[in-house]
Amino acid sequence: MVARNFGHALFCAMITLIISYPIVGFDLVFTGLSLELQQVEAGTIAGILLAVAAVFVFQLFRPAIMGTLARLVGLNPLANRPPMEQNKRLKLERGALTIIVLLALIWPFMASRGAVDLATLVLIYVILALGLNVVVGLAGLLDLGYVAFYAVGAYTFGLLSQYLGVSFWVALPLGALLAALFGFVLGFPVLRLRGDYLAIVTLGFGEIIRIVLNNLTSITGGPNGIGGIPDPTLFGMEFGRRVKEEGNASFHEVFNLPYESVHKVIFLYLITLVLAVFTLVVIRRLIRMPVGRSWEALREDEIAARSLGLSRTAVKLSAFTIGAFFAGFAGTIFASKQGFISPESFVFLESAIILAIVVLGGMGSQIGVILAAIAVTILPELAREFSEYRMLIFGAAMVMMMVWRPQGLLPMRRIHVQLNRLE
Amino acid sequence: MLSLENIHTHYGKIEALHGVSVEVNEGEIVSLIGANGAGKTTLLMTICGDPQASAGRVLFQGEDITHKPTSDIMRSGIAIAPEGRRVFPGLTVEENLHMGGFFTSKDEIRRNQKHVFELFPRLAERKNQRAGTMSGGEQQMLAIGRALMAKPRMMILDEPSLGLAPLIIGQIFDIIRTLRDEGITVFLVEQNAKQALKLADRGYVLETGRIRLEDTGANLLDNEEVQQAYLGG
Repeated sequence: MVARNFGHALFCAMITLIISYPIVGFDLVFTGLSLELQQVEAGTIAGILLAVAAVFVFQLFRPAIMGTLARLVGLNPLANRPPMEQNKRLKLERGALTIIVLLALIWPFMASRGAVDLATLVLIYVILALGLNVVVGLAGLLDLGYVAFYAVGAYTFGLLSQYLGVSFWVALPLGALLAALFGFVLGFPVLRLRGDYLAIVTLGFGEIIRIVLNNLTSITGGPNGIGGIPDPTLFGMEFGRRVKEEGNASFHEVFNLPYESVHKVIFLYLITLVLAVFTLVVIRRLIRMPVGRSWEALREDEIAARSLGLSRTAVKLSAFTIGAFFAGFAGTIFASKQGFISPESFVFLESAIILAIVVLGGMGSQIGVILAAIAVTILPELAREFSEYRMLIFGAAMVMMMVWRPQGLLPMRRIHVQLNRLE
Repeated sequence: MLSLENIHTHYGKIEALHGVSVEVNEGEIVSLIGANGAGKTTLLMTICGDPQASAGRVLFQGEDITHKPTSDIMRSGIAIAPEGRRVFPGLTVEENLHMGGFFTSKDEIRRNQKHVFELFPRLAERKNQRAGTMSGGEQQMLAIGRALMAKPRMMILDEPSLGLAPLIIGQIFDIIRTLRDEGITVFLVEQNAKQALKLADRGYVLETGRIRLEDTGANLLDNEEVQQAYLGG
């Protein structure tokens, strides 16, 4: 077996050498006005050779190594357990979610300001991913331009506050509704498209929104963005040191507390948490309602779904609209959190990351998506020290996921509609 | 009950049906036979409103449904077991059936499901199995069962015998007879001409987008042209 792998292993090792040596093995150095190619120090060269050797050995003994790994997975006592009964599983899921939410409520009062700020960002991604999960995971419509609706939400708040002085609480539903409207409008031209074609059109739509925002300088400020977006208030109480708007009180004076900037961060976190829970609950309910089942029918087989009298138009538009609605929510919060928005925050990479969260989490599974949102947002922050390798680690994690758990972290288990006494 | 009057259907500029008239009376089994590419499936699709007929009328229970949207047509008492079965592969048998009863009440779903399980005891045994993992015959039973869940007055079957073993085909055709006896009008589209005509009260032969022959099932079986072209001489 080893002999048979020898040629292949040698080939892989050569490829490694060919790819890595020219990139890592030389330095470009300025000597005076000209650029010179210099050999790097011996340590790096040794590193490359070590990597080549590692690839060679791995490929040589690959069946044995992979076999051992597979057995390791088998050792996991949770892996081969029969699936839980539905009622029990639902109860467990609900219990777990309640505990998570409770912990999330208490936690910020003990954590550092930076951690709470990061957690707010995580929650924004949770909302986004749950929303996209409706479109991609449940209805099976591959949307690569989801960030457009996020941008619509953010810019709705940004523009309304700049021109009309609208507050966060008014802008929140408006942003979501306007994003939903955009989702609805986008839904029409893509009704007949599926798969790759749909992906391309939505990708284009996402770029159009960003480019329009970038070039409509007279209104949106173009690449300079919109600044000075106000923070949310609590029943007219502001969280700044001094009250900005007349008639408002400030939070720390009303409650007779010393001013602390962390109050604002925690408040924003709590709002985001409430909205994330709201998103979770609403979508959970929708999944069990007829509209949720019609999304799944459409994903499974469009022709069959239509033969049963389901309207393709209604089903697709509802998925797009609802997905966009929650992106609008997330966008409004994002604008408020940052205080400044520019088209740069809404590039294609954002769409790709949100989609990656949905895929990593296991299409359609809500808990999986939440876990993946946490992982994808926090891991790069934790790995800040190796910031140069962040994308590398991210990529490696993706590849490993696809090898070991192609169905996602926690693949969706559908809820059976149960009828009483049906025998 | 269902009548097609001089239907023309186009795919873009190509005319697939050149003036087809078909009549299905209440309580009948009517078979439509024809070779590949004759336009059988196009005819069914036209009844369902996708594509819509470019000329002519489709009447169902006296109502003109030619230009109604597909979703309305499929909710008005016509059900179809589509070609290639098209069950929802990731859903269980029971969930597939519930999808079939999407627009009916829970009580009706319960009643209809019981009825489907009586017709197909096989489905009852497998009700928690994923439809995609079942055999072709079982999937065909499920497709018919799913269509029945909407309590249709008329059932359209598109090639129900496609790719099935002879024994299973026999079972499926027995079920079709049972459906008729229960008062459901059946419009059967088949390539398996012999079986389809044996079963049918009346039959039509479709050739390159035109109705070539129209007679009772028994007469068509004896017809020399039909024997030559469809029954292997």
